[in-house]
Amino acid sequence: MILLALVAVPALGAVGAYVHREEGYRTAWLVAAAVAHLAIVSLVWVTRPDPALAGWIAAEGLGLLVLTVLSLLFLAAAMYTVGYLRHESPRGGRLFVTCLLTFLGAGSLVALSQHLGLLWVGMEATTLSVAPLIFHRHDRRSLEAVWTYLVMSSVGIALALLGTFFMATAQFSAPAADRPLVLADLVRSAQRLDPAWLKAAFVFLLAGYGTKMGLAPMHTWKPDTYGEAPPLVGALMAGGLTSLAFLGVARTTQVVEAAGLGSFAQPVLVGFGMISLVLAAVFVLGQSDLKRLLAYSSVEHMGLLVLGLGLGGVGAYGSALHVVNNALAKGLLFLAVGNVALATGTASTAETQGLGRALPVSAALLTVGLFAATGSPPFGPFLSEFMILRAALSGGHVVLALVVIGLLVTVFGGMALRILRVVHGEPSQQPRGDTEGIWLIAAPLALALAVLMLGSYIPEPLERVLGQAAAALGGRAP
Amino acid sequence: MTSLASLLLTGVVLTDFAILATSRMSTCIRAIGVQGLILATLPLALHPGWSLHTLGLAAGTAVVKAVALPWFLAWAIREVNVRREVEPLVGYVTSVLVGAVAVAVSFVVAPKLPLPDSHGTLLVAVALSNVLTGLIVLTSRLKAITQVVGYLMLENGIFVFGLTQTQRVPFLLELGVLLDVFVGVFVMGIVVFHINREFDSLGSARFDEGGRR
Repeated sequence: MILLALVAVPALGAVGAYVHREEGYRTAWLVAAAVAHLAIVSLVWVTRPDPALAGWIAAEGLGLLVLTVLSLLFLAAAMYTVGYLRHESPRGGRLFVTCLLTFLGAGSLVALSQHLGLLWVGMEATTLSVAPLIFHRHDRRSLEAVWTYLVMSSVGIALALLGTFFMATAQFSAPAADRPLVLADLVRSAQRLDPAWLKAAFVFLLAGYGTKMGLAPMHTWKPDTYGEAPPLVGALMAGGLTSLAFLGVARTTQVVEAAGLGSFAQPVLVGFGMISLVLAAVFVLGQSDLKRLLAYSSVEHMGLLVLGLGLGGVGAYGSALHVVNNALAKGLLFLAVGNVALATGTASTAETQGLGRALPVSAALLTVGLFAATGSPPFGPFLSEFMILRAALSGGHVVLALVVIGLLVTVFGGMALRILRVVHGEPSQQPRGDTEGIWLIAAPLALALAVLMLGSYIPEPLERVLGQAAAALGGRAP
Repeated sequence: MTSLASLLLTGVVLTDFAILATSRMSTCIRAIGVQGLILATLPLALHPGWSLHTLGLAAGTAVVKAVALPWFLAWAIREVNVRREVEPLVGYVTSVLVGAVAVAVSFVVAPKLPLPDSHGTLLVAVALSNVLTGLIVLTSRLKAITQVVGYLMLENGIFVFGLTQTQRVPFLLELGVLLDVFVGVFVMGIVVFHINREFDSLGSARFDEGGRR
């Protein structure tokens, strides 16, 4: 029951917000649903409810982690929305809040589902609910962005559906009592799945959900989309949507590992990870728009996630932790960039220089976000990236580890160059209006504190769930 | 596999070629509607028992793929007043030839795949041909509406593949998939509508001339 409420509450909120004509009520629905959602998620952590819907829905391991960061990130984004809507009102007003809440409901469904088909249905719903949020400005560039996003995501998700059907076909040789596409049954009789169909399923699911994650070379929708989307939508996409898609990849990998085909999956995952890292490092250097810069940073982190998954061992634990860290750090960065964009009317680095004096808090948050997202100590991502590197070293991939370090340093250099100029450079213009109100500051600040805490202290319950997630993926805690 | 089912599956491949060969959007949309209708009758032909599950699947498919989506696409081209595809990246003759190769490859590959029962082979072959021809249309056409049709062909191919699994996949899930496809195309249609307002033409490739970068 509790688990179903996680989908029902946002859905109710979505309807409630749509009914109201007044914006104040709509944002009230948004914040109320976000708070309620987080409260239910906390309840799930405390009570650990049993699986629902005949085992189709359960909160465990990586799914619970993704659900939790999604809920936290959404509350931050909801609070930010209150401040954001005071400065800029998107066209199609009513739909804005409704789509946000639909995204939360569909995302919760993905995080909870233990059935690969249900996971697909939820994933497609998240894709679609985000689309109207991207083109809320209805101008040329945002239409171009949303079309690229829709076509690429739809084709990707269609391939993932085909992969899901392949997975069901692979089950023909499994015991007849096994429920089709239910994760627990797939893993239990993984050895009896047909290997040819299972491999095909893995390839298609990775290609499909990898497109949604934005793994290179399927990342081409990302810069345009993140560049055009409002900052809070960018935060939800880079922190939430990508984590959900990674969950899809991880679930598939889990089955493949259990079937003893790890030697087939791992090189593919490592390969995609490295391509993404290289591509991100190359393109970060040439970006002159803050949000597009963050898009390439996101490609980098998606690469790290599948790299850790492919390396296994401590790497799987590192990936699970990195899901949390990346979501918090990306949320922080997008919201901080949002403040800059609200104040100056642009996210172009050339026109937003030297904001340290005019926007002291946002500039500080931006700096913190920079160091957090590039994996510098003492922030959380440093820890998880370190674990992924350790997995590479202990697996004997010294050259790989060195290349990864080189690429991470390159991305750091590229991002620091741009972002520090925004903070410290010569002021190029006087920002319009005050964008350091409490709503616009509190949300990124909370995310900054969380990502800082995870760098030095991981609470015991979180550690346990991380261990479970890693064990399910064939890894182990350090 | 009854002979009726084989006939229907042949019809699916024929509609693919109709779409590959034409420049008229109304023909494209009519063909995709016919394809949807054939898909709706397929479960009935394949599983003559006619359980509630099969009937529901057939009805849902008919409503979404044979009526709602073609009607919506037809509304969209009327509203934005486009009739023809502008010169596609790949000519019509070439794309028909490439499509023929794709279909041939599918029919060669399908029997080699390990399947629980032999009568699924034709389904898999048609499914793969549809997925491949859908991808050809998606990548070679410039108009946004034609790309939506390509996406639908891709989805239809996956639907045909799913028919090998109907007895195993629960009905509610199939409804979820149908609903997602419907909403997906609906959202795409809305975007197409706005693109047209903004650009006075439905060419998604023309974006690149928009003075960006």
